[in-house]
Amino acid sequence: MKAVIEAKRLTRKFGNFVAVDHVEFKIYQGEVFGFLGPNGAGKTTTVRMLTGVIDPTEGTATIQGHDIRKEPLLSRTHIAVVPEEANVYLDLSVWQNLMLMAELHGIARHRCLQEAERLLELLGLAERKRQKARVLSKGLRQRLMLCAALVTGPEVLFLDEPTSGLDVQSTKLIRRAVSDLNRNGLTVFLTTHNMSEAGEMCSRVAIIDKGRIVATDPPEKLRSTISSRQYVEVCFAGAVPGYNDLESIPGVSQVTVDSRTFRLYTKLPGQVVTEVVRLADREGLGITDLSNHKPSLEDVFLHFTSECKERGLQ
Amino acid sequence: MVQKAKVKTWRRQLHGSLVILKKNARLYYLKPPVLIFGVLFPVFFFLAFKMGRPITAESVVPGMVTMALWFTASAVGPLVTPWERSAKTYERLISTPVSLHAVLAGDVMSGFVFGACLSVVPILLGLVLTDAYIGNVPLLIAGIVMGALNFASLGVLLAAPPASGPSNIMLLSNLVRLPLLFVSGIFMPIGQMPVWAQWIAPLSPLSYASALIHIAFGRSAFFPVWLSLLMLVLFTLAFFMMSCKFHKMWRAKGL
Repeated sequence: MKAVIEAKRLTRKFGNFVAVDHVEFKIYQGEVFGFLGPNGAGKTTTVRMLTGVIDPTEGTATIQGHDIRKEPLLSRTHIAVVPEEANVYLDLSVWQNLMLMAELHGIARHRCLQEAERLLELLGLAERKRQKARVLSKGLRQRLMLCAALVTGPEVLFLDEPTSGLDVQSTKLIRRAVSDLNRNGLTVFLTTHNMSEAGEMCSRVAIIDKGRIVATDPPEKLRSTISSRQYVEVCFAGAVPGYNDLESIPGVSQVTVDSRTFRLYTKLPGQVVTEVVRLADREGLGITDLSNHKPSLEDVFLHFTSECKERGLQ
Repeated sequence: MVQKAKVKTWRRQLHGSLVILKKNARLYYLKPPVLIFGVLFPVFFFLAFKMGRPITAESVVPGMVTMALWFTASAVGPLVTPWERSAKTYERLISTPVSLHAVLAGDVMSGFVFGACLSVVPILLGLVLTDAYIGNVPLLIAGIVMGALNFASLGVLLAAPPASGPSNIMLLSNLVRLPLLFVSGIFMPIGQMPVWAQWIAPLSPLSYASALIHIAFGRSAFFPVWLSLLMLVLFTLAFFMMSCKFHKMWRAKGL
């Protein structure tokens, strides 16, 4: 399978500080690749290197086979970017903003007119076509930025925190539009803090911490790598069992308690559920709720980033 | 084949520069800092220089034209990049397939067009309201074209430092532009200036544009035509190359 983006030992230093440290990954045609990491982990710096805003200190990357250092212009013809802290031109109208981006990408006006109209319709901006961007809300401006990126007909779309701080409606529209375009073959590089967004949209995610990639896999596979963080949650009515009774159930590695709700961490949730029910029968206890929870992407994220912190402390 | 690809790239980059020019004209020509420092400044300087002094009106026309060109052509460049940085539009602009050189060339063109067009106003006023005449039209055109290109390149160079807002860069640009005004033979012929100023005058590109425009209006000048043209070309190339270097160096600062 051909890699659309391939990062090879991509590194960026600011003085002595290594913001991105020999990062390597491949992104394939039609993927939505999530790039997750805490603040200051190197996500935006990586995006800025890939999109030509800053030069790598070491290493390189290719976009559709074009080296970002040797052929920066050619590599940028394949991409469109919605940067995290970017804005549209406030004194231009919605339509002028779209046409400006299309012209900067060398797309003839007559070729993008229909597509621009379609995108405005898709993202709910058709009626605001003639309005100055200045009068749009933050959510609408973000939708316009996405429109302006898509009107250039990119093969790869870089989205840096695209829904951060947006209203529910704009968030939904943006996610839906990106998913629809991805189904038609668009490759998406998505950086986000929002784990549910990453879980919902990404076919594969990489977790970056302190400039290094600590995990890369599909979200499901990442969840399974920390199966020890699965847990059985049980809530008792009336009397509750002793803490030791629960901890001594075979397969339970840790028990936490919050009021009447106990959380039993285990790699064997089925066996533990059976044992909890037996214990309740034996002791004459009432169970109001019993459920099995797989680790969320947030747990995965915390697991990998905290592991890094521990390593750093050692 | 390679030649064809190069021509195609050049054409795309030139197109990119023209798109930048169109954007800048739409967005920045009527911004208050451009109007204040580009249009009002030369008018007030003219009034301050002319009023109450025993000099003929036609003798100040070449200086007025040069000064208007200086302020207008160099007013757009210092505004564009700092404004784009503070408005958060710069990062998206430099991630398009238009090279930084082409973006800067577009900025230079914006200053050039603004300066060259507005310099027509003092020329027409001078010709209509005073006894001034143009002795050498091609030289006047050359002076205005070369001067506008040079001053616009200087404006773009001044925009390179990563400032927190456009006002800081406008301040810097005035720190450079105002002193040069007084040592470049605008208000007083260079030959009549103090010796220290005569030493500094050759370092100012404004001196050479001023010489060309004065000669075009049938007046004498300190520098000959050939030297003025040569120096304007050299200064323009130097300013543009330095702009490319410094803008590249600082492009990601303050995003």
